[in-house]
Amino acid sequence: MELVLLAISAILVKNILLAQYLGNCPFLGTSKRMETAIGMGMAVIFTMALSSTITWLVHRAVLVPFHLEYMQTIVFILVIAALVQFVEIFMKKSLPTLYLALGIFLPLITTNCAVLGAALLTVKENYDFVHMIVFGVASAAGFSLALILFAGLRERFRIAHQPRALQDTAIGLITAGLMSLAFLGFKGMT
Amino acid sequence: MRIVKEFSKGFTTQLPPFRLVLGICPTLAVTTTVANGIGMGLAATFVLICSNVMVSLLRKVIPNKVRIAAFIVLIASFVVIVELVMKAFFFGLSQSLGIFIPLIVVNCIILGRAEAFAAKNPVHYAAADGLGIGLGYTVALAVIGAFREVLGQGRLLGHSVFGASFEPFAFLSQAPGAFVCLGSMLFLMNALDRYRLRMKPAPAPREELPEEAPREERGLQPAGAAGQGG
Repeated sequence: MELVLLAISAILVKNILLAQYLGNCPFLGTSKRMETAIGMGMAVIFTMALSSTITWLVHRAVLVPFHLEYMQTIVFILVIAALVQFVEIFMKKSLPTLYLALGIFLPLITTNCAVLGAALLTVKENYDFVHMIVFGVASAAGFSLALILFAGLRERFRIAHQPRALQDTAIGLITAGLMSLAFLGFKGMT
Repeated sequence: MRIVKEFSKGFTTQLPPFRLVLGICPTLAVTTTVANGIGMGLAATFVLICSNVMVSLLRKVIPNKVRIAAFIVLIASFVVIVELVMKAFFFGLSQSLGIFIPLIVVNCIILGRAEAFAAKNPVHYAAADGLGIGLGYTVALAVIGAFREVLGQGRLLGHSVFGASFEPFAFLSQAPGAFVCLGSMLFLMNALDRYRLRMKPAPAPREELPEEAPREERGLQPAGAAGQGG
């Protein structure tokens, strides 16, 4: 029950994009078309689950016993960069269909602050293994949910008339604000 | 005189996050107050100058294939320095900025400048570029922070502005307010640009074009084309 609550809170109440402001550049960059949004969402779910697990293990098994917690930032970003590279090579060899589907989005994930942010939040909240997995997957699912909903809204902009100065990023940010307002309504649930 | 130009472009044609739409996450997250905005901006400026200088010094040594990984390691080292210094001397600020200090590593302004400018230019230009872009970012964060603090909390730098009878517009200090505020500012900048362009006498744009073009190539992206990451 507690795990279900944690998942719901990570997906809706504390949505990593709209309530915690993480990962906004890919949010604005890949939401112009539905296909790219779905590709990015899937790639993020996959990598975030893997990277939270590995950074959690590294933190527990290496950094804490050797009192190297201050190296957290460097170690985590290196782990994520290496992991993304490794996943890309592995997928190209053994899962070519999935690789083609995710395509260009895999390398971009290295600099997605939602992935590093989720890893840092896991350590900060001191989750155990099961909570960490649930939190990582649920955060990534929340990211994809918001991204895909936003892409659906943004596709409509192409057929709508709007002031020239408001086009693209400006109207995108204001729309994201309205979506964030809608997600704020979930706060009453906890 | 080029060094002055590289410095001042951070306030004019390449002002982040308005002209270069990069580094959105910290812009939204830490601008609830002016003090947080300035703190975040200065931390990012320090990392930006150091990483620009190091990348520029090492640009002939780093092999092209592993350059992104090398840049990230360089940036991460400076971020750790900032993190430790802030924890030691500005504990309150480091608590209120939270995980956004380690997240400077993935701030795309810094990686973007390393890749687009510092890796191709000598050290003094790279340092001027880092200082200019960094201070431009600080000013922008402070302005957004001031707007959100004054209207959202009725205070500026902790002092009451409107007196006790003012009912704060709490929407602005929460997440949705951050998005709407940044979006509206972007809109105002765009509108101002279009107005100024229309007011200019006809031959003026033609004169400026050859000067603008190479700068555009050197720079990262035109405004509006949001980059990836941070």
